[in-house]
Amino acid sequence: MDVLELSRFQFATTSIFHFFFVSLTVGLAFLIAVMETIAFVSADRRQHYQRLTNFFGHLFLINFAVGVVTGIVQEFQFGMNWSEYSEFVGNIFGVPLALEVLMAFFLESTFIGIWWFGKDRLKPWMRLGAIWLVAIGTQISMFWIVMANAWMHHPVGYEVVGDQAFLTDFSAVVFNYKAILYSLHVQGSAWSVAGFFVLAISAYHLLRRRNVAVFSRAFRIALVFAAVGSVFSAGSGHTAAQYAREDQPMKFAAMEAQWEDSKSPAPWSAVALIDEENRENTVSVEIPYLGSILADNSLDASYQGMNTLNEEYQQQFGQGRDYFPAVTWVYWSFRIMVAIGGLMLLVAFAGLFFWWRRRDGLNDMRWFLRLCVFMLPLPWIANFTGWIVTEMGRQPFMVYGLLTTDEGVSANTVPEVLVGLVGLWVVYLGLIGLDIFLLTRTARAGLHTKPEVQLAAAPAPSYAVQGRGSDGFQDYERRN
Amino acid sequence: MDLVTLWFWLVALTFTLYFFLEGFDFGVDMLRPSLARNEAEEKALTGTIGPFWDGNEVWVILAAGVMFSTFPIWYGAVFSGLYPVFIAILLALLLRGVSFEFRNQVDHQRWRSFWDWMSFSGSVLPAFLWGVVMAKLIEGLPVNADAKVEGGLADIFTPFALVGGAATTLLFVLHGANFLLLRLHTDSELYTRARRAALRWGALATVAILAFVIMGYVTEGLFESFGVLPWVFPVAAFLTLASIWLALSTKRDTLAFTMSGLTIVFATVTVFIALFTRGEVLPSTLDAANSLTLEDSASQGYTLELMTWVGGIFLPLIIGYQVWNYHVFRERVRPDEGALDHAY
Ligand code: HDD
Ligand code: HEM
Ligand code: HEM
Repeated sequence: MDVLELSRFQFATTSIFHFFFVSLTVGLAFLIAVMETIAFVSADRRQHYQRLTNFFGHLFLINFAVGVVTGIVQEFQFGMNWSEYSEFVGNIFGVPLALEVLMAFFLESTFIGIWWFGKDRLKPWMRLGAIWLVAIGTQISMFWIVMANAWMHHPVGYEVVGDQAFLTDFSAVVFNYKAILYSLHVQGSAWSVAGFFVLAISAYHLLRRRNVAVFSRAFRIALVFAAVGSVFSAGSGHTAAQYAREDQPMKFAAMEAQWEDSKSPAPWSAVALIDEENRENTVSVEIPYLGSILADNSLDASYQGMNTLNEEYQQQFGQGRDYFPAVTWVYWSFRIMVAIGGLMLLVAFAGLFFWWRRRDGLNDMRWFLRLCVFMLPLPWIANFTGWIVTEMGRQPFMVYGLLTTDEGVSANTVPEVLVGLVGLWVVYLGLIGLDIFLLTRTARAGLHTKPEVQLAAAPAPSYAVQGRGSDGFQDYERRN
Repeated sequence: MDLVTLWFWLVALTFTLYFFLEGFDFGVDMLRPSLARNEAEEKALTGTIGPFWDGNEVWVILAAGVMFSTFPIWYGAVFSGLYPVFIAILLALLLRGVSFEFRNQVDHQRWRSFWDWMSFSGSVLPAFLWGVVMAKLIEGLPVNADAKVEGGLADIFTPFALVGGAATTLLFVLHGANFLLLRLHTDSELYTRARRAALRWGALATVAILAFVIMGYVTEGLFESFGVLPWVFPVAAFLTLASIWLALSTKRDTLAFTMSGLTIVFATVTVFIALFTRGEVLPSTLDAANSLTLEDSASQGYTLELMTWVGGIFLPLIIGYQVWNYHVFRERVRPDEGALDHAY
């Protein structure tokens, strides 16, 4: 392994780890804010919803902490591992990054404390405002970072002067259609993660008939969230694929493992055995017409294959190399993501349908509740595979058409990077393990017990209504 | 003042605020094992920084983000040139950051001790290493003609860097102790212990800071190019530190905290003045001609203009709500058992 490979592996894995936590944070913040709002406006429902915000707030904070610390690694890594890249893009790329800190990180980190620790010292409307600021902050932060990322896939508003890209038009960077597209898709994926997370936990407790009144409410909100999230994911994902065909044709062809130009109408390959060395597929099971639909919403469109594109790229960007990404990875990751997306749509809408037909009977549909519990990891897997499609499909470019990945890497030494990588992996694996362990433990314990222990420096959130002075609900009444 | 100069000083400002703010929460974490005698006291000490530490930490993220957008070449050279240092800082911050949340999730003494150890070492290490980074900024790194940094660990941990690290660590401990005097209930025993700690660590911090200044003066030629009377700096360092001692022994806690804060501000600004007056952001130890200059490593005008607008709008806002945050949680913390639930 050389420095380049190590750095790529490090960036890819730390990003995926970071996204493991933040996709939940982005979605759950919104869900909790909605619950808090219901508790605020409706005195009848307050009792139930207040307990829900405490419960899911507790889970949120466990996860938030890890999202924050892994984010710092992301920020530093640009300079540490990709200093040549940082020099090249700093003029442009640094701005959204700095904006993210100024507009989002300060907001989130300050108001999350105010929301949680302010339980017994702030007026309810202030706490409501605080959680909304956190929720909005996560959206802002998502938008800026995804925008920066989208610029690497579709650079706009720049000119290259010497060995740096200069900014010529910031609004072009902000309103990059690729940025809007990616952020809708990431938004949808975050809502899916949080929706299915709350769905699974509520289903778990409903199966055990614990606090049915409370969890059936959470279950229904989560159904709506999951449905909206899945529709967004699928819709924007489909659109993203079509744009990729135009502006990153090699990525699109790799997603389909299409070596030669496609027929017209193009079929869609459902399963293929890919032989990257000989640049062909040994087996391919195809569904007619679907390829054209995916590529262009039409029944006869065709698209270019990788071999043709490789020649075009060689003429455009230089003869010395091939421009194939890691086809097998991209192809299979795309299929996993799409399959999961389809399944999510099915489950979420089936749930809405049962709710409509059966009303409270939904709480007794044990097979469906059990299915919801098993859905839990799938949105996360779709997230990983989604990033793999996006990022690996971009290779060998780091900034599409402008900078290849090997030109962006720092002049580090192998031992430095290797030691750092091992250190990061050990700590990250530990953190992921602990995050899952603590979330599961707290989620399983449910509402009926006060957590035996407290969050740092905070009064323990007591989910029980007849709690002590530190109980959020009673203070709420007193202060309202 | 042109925009390059303005942004150089804004980078300096973000680092300064970071050290001022995170300095005291590092300090509290470093002091916790020696101050707390029981679980209630442990929790009270954490409670003094609970609502603040995360907001404090964002200042370093801003510092990096601002460096990236306004001085990309400087950012790339420093962060890749000091690779092992930043990896260590990151690992420490990772473990420390989660320790606050994780520690009290499982009711087991072993578990708690583990996270206490993480929050302690996760504070000592960055406190020390940030001092090293600051010292290296002055001293320079082996920058070659391509603006890439060569060299290894031996080039990083020079005597000057080590003294710099010791100075920041001790200064942060002192600052943390002073912060506790403002946050703990004055009639608690913990408060008394914090005062004693402040006096003890203050003495050591004084020695380290003086050593740093003298070394900078003698071996690094730090103050030669300052354009003002060079002795002003050591004398001022000495005066602020001495006034902490006076303030502590006359029980003026706010003054003591202000003074330890000023010492941090002053020390950080010194580093940046040293760079600024030479017109270099990163001197090269290989060949002076390779040094990264202020102008060459800055972003283009349009980016800086944009950043000026953005900074001008958001920085005051951020400072505003962070101050409000401190106001909301101004109540002093009391470690008595009964009150624990309430006044964390
Ligand atoms: C879709 C959303 C998303 C994506 C793609 C990323 N992040 Fe992130 N990040 C968040 C969404 C987020 C967040 C939800 O806003 C977090 C989690 C917890 C928090 O405070 O903010 C966060 C935290 C977070 C922090 C710590 C903030 C704090 O202390 O409050 C930093 C420095 C970064 N991120 C930086 C990055 C970088 C450099 C990324 C690119 C590789 C990145 N993030 C990808
Ligand atoms: C958090 C979500 C993200 C995930 C999961 C992710 C995933 C990945 C993956 C899988 C790779 C490896 C590609 C390969 O080596 O073949 C990669 C590389 C990379 N990505 Fe992302 N990415 C994310 C966000 C971003 C963002 C927001 C940026 C920039 C702002 C970014 C910039 C890069 C860079 C610089 C590399 C390394 C160079 C390369 O190998 O292409 N990534 N990322
Ligand atoms: C159901 C149909 C789906 C389709 C057709 C689809 C399509 C796509 C495409 C084409 C990309 C690559 C975009 C590009 O690089 O230009 C992508 C990326 C991604 N997908 Fe999906 N996706 C679907 C479902 C999902 C689901 C359910 C999730 C997660 C819950 C998800 C998460 C992601 C993520 C995180 C990325 C990387 C970020 C981005 O490029 O926006 N996708 N998806």
